[in-house]
Amino acid sequence: MRIAIVCAAALAVAPMAASAQQQNAGRDLAASCAMCHGTNGRGAVGYEPLAGMAKQDLVRKFTEFRSGAKPATVMHQISKGYTDPQVQLIAEYFAAQKR
Amino acid sequence: MNRTFDRRDFLKLGGAAAALAAAGCATTPQTRARVVVIGGGFGGATAAKYIRLWDPAIEVVLVERANLFTSCPISNLVLGGSKTMEDIRHSYDGLRKYGVQIVFDEALAVDAAKRSVRLERGGALSYDRLIVAPGIDFMYDQIAGYDAAMKTGRVLHGWKAGAQTVGLRKQLMQMKDGGVYVLSVPLAPYRCPPGPYERACQVASYFKKAKPRSKVLIVDANPDVTSKGPLFKKAWAELYKGMIEFRGNAKAIGVDPKTNTVKLEVEDVKGDVLNVIPPQRAGDLAVKAGLITANNRWCGVDWLTTESTAVKGVHVLGDATLSAPGMPKSGAMANQQAKICASAVVALLNGRAPNPEPKIANTCYSYVSADEAIHVASVHTWNAQQKTLTTVPGAGGVSSARNALEGSYAWAWAVNIWQDTLG
Ligand SMILES: Cc1cc2nc3c(=O)[nH]c(=O)nc-3n(C[C@H](O)[C@H](O)[C@H](O)COP(=O)(O)OP(=O)(O)OC[C@H]3O[C@@H](n4cnc5c(N)ncnc54)[C@H](O)[C@@H]3O)c2cc1C
Ligand code: HEC
Repeated sequence: MRIAIVCAAALAVAPMAASAQQQNAGRDLAASCAMCHGTNGRGAVGYEPLAGMAKQDLVRKFTEFRSGAKPATVMHQISKGYTDPQVQLIAEYFAAQKR
Repeated sequence: MNRTFDRRDFLKLGGAAAALAAAGCATTPQTRARVVVIGGGFGGATAAKYIRLWDPAIEVVLVERANLFTSCPISNLVLGGSKTMEDIRHSYDGLRKYGVQIVFDEALAVDAAKRSVRLERGGALSYDRLIVAPGIDFMYDQIAGYDAAMKTGRVLHGWKAGAQTVGLRKQLMQMKDGGVYVLSVPLAPYRCPPGPYERACQVASYFKKAKPRSKVLIVDANPDVTSKGPLFKKAWAELYKGMIEFRGNAKAIGVDPKTNTVKLEVEDVKGDVLNVIPPQRAGDLAVKAGLITANNRWCGVDWLTTESTAVKGVHVLGDATLSAPGMPKSGAMANQQAKICASAVVALLNGRAPNPEPKIANTCYSYVSADEAIHVASVHTWNAQQKTLTTVPGAGGVSSARNALEGSYAWAWAVNIWQDTLG
């Protein structure tokens, strides 16, 4: 039985497989919310769940945090760290998660 | 550019495999890539869980010496008396539902050429990729007399939650009213920059209720409070007036338990409870594995993947790493770094390039009383020019003022990060 193992040294010169990566970009960005909002946006206590939130709702709330329109203790500071395309990816990821 | 190995060439089905079978998690390792994770703290446990979450085809074995997870976050509240050890101890069982195999053992050594980890009781474990997240160990030799004084229990650090947290709480309870609690803080970088100042608040809050004539004396090797300074100083002045004294540029160089003295470069101070936090470095296993690259203390990593800059195929996480600019040594950071690592390990084992633009966020809450908290937040993003993670300008910041709403968020954060880390 043989399995393919990527050789670490070879990786440095391996071409970037950009398309395979992009499919996980939203997942990886959304994982940075999990320590407060729960793994995959589910099951957290004391914070709003993000799993199953409609995409436009999350984008709107996030944007309101950034502008200061929505009152916040910490989200106004965190939201400023993400670009508009990144917010879209995050919102798509959470919208696709089971509540 | 992939190379194929015959796994049986380097699989050592020794005691560790037997231990896995005995633990009810016999596997068919020949057909799957195996990741071994050493250290089930905020970094290692999160990485183990997320690799399984993101690619259940990968076998993940977590090696941890302690049967229970004991959280440093919230441990200062145990010293203050508003939480108990029960609140901060957690089972590793939750990780099993993700298919993480848990081996309770001590990792002794890493053979990077053979891709194998030697365990104290369980023989050897082979890996395709290794994740090392051992947290910190202490440089006791930097403080004369420390080791001996600690062994008698007279001087404690309480900087790894557990027996020393219990020991310190006991000393605080036994201390006479009118006594002095000395808290010595090492030069940065150390684990949890705001942690000592939160501890000062918690001890003072206990004194205020139980021993109002007592004092907290902070002797800090750093020139000033290293994190959330104005917010902490305001809390000290307003909530614990006259109880907390701060002295900067006051590095501890020795302890003498017979005379209850902490020797500083500048002077000697006496106290009834001596809580001296020694300087720290990456955990012993990182030293043994040859992963230390900076100042004989920390493990350099490529922050795109968290792979060690010293040893290929080995990733390092959490407090043991040479932090990227502006990155604190926190449980929050370790948890988030673990997700960069998990994503990269899954990609690499599947022959894909890692995420070219990782981004993570830190938030450290500190309780200034039993129910009010403050935070510091930052967002860290891949910087292609500097080839490291750097903070996003304009993002992050601190609380405008201490408040009870963040006190409840801080507790919920702890509950949620325990869940996100341990299942
Ligand atoms: C008083 C205090 C308060 C804190 N408060 C906060 C807070 O509010 N928020 C926050 O984000 N951070 C906080 N921190 C910091 C946080 O605890 C650390 O940053 C975090 O624990 C680092 O995670 P880690 O995975 O690197 O190491 P650890 O969590 O220390 O995990 C390392 C694990 O590896 C195991 N291990 C080590 N060597 C071996 C070996 N050879 N074999 C087997 N197992 C091994 C250890 O048993 C341990 O379980 C606080 C720290 C302290 C001391
Ligand atoms: C440090 C903890 C923390 C992290 C990390 C965090 N949040 Fe939040 N989030 C909060 C808090 C606290 C609130 C309530 C508003 C406030 O006080 O800032 C909130 C509120 C929200 C809300 C509004 C919910 C509602 O229905 O009103 C959204 C949306 C949200 N967060 C999205 C995110 C996303 C997306 C991420 C990751 C990029 C994230 N959060 C990361 C703490 C966090």
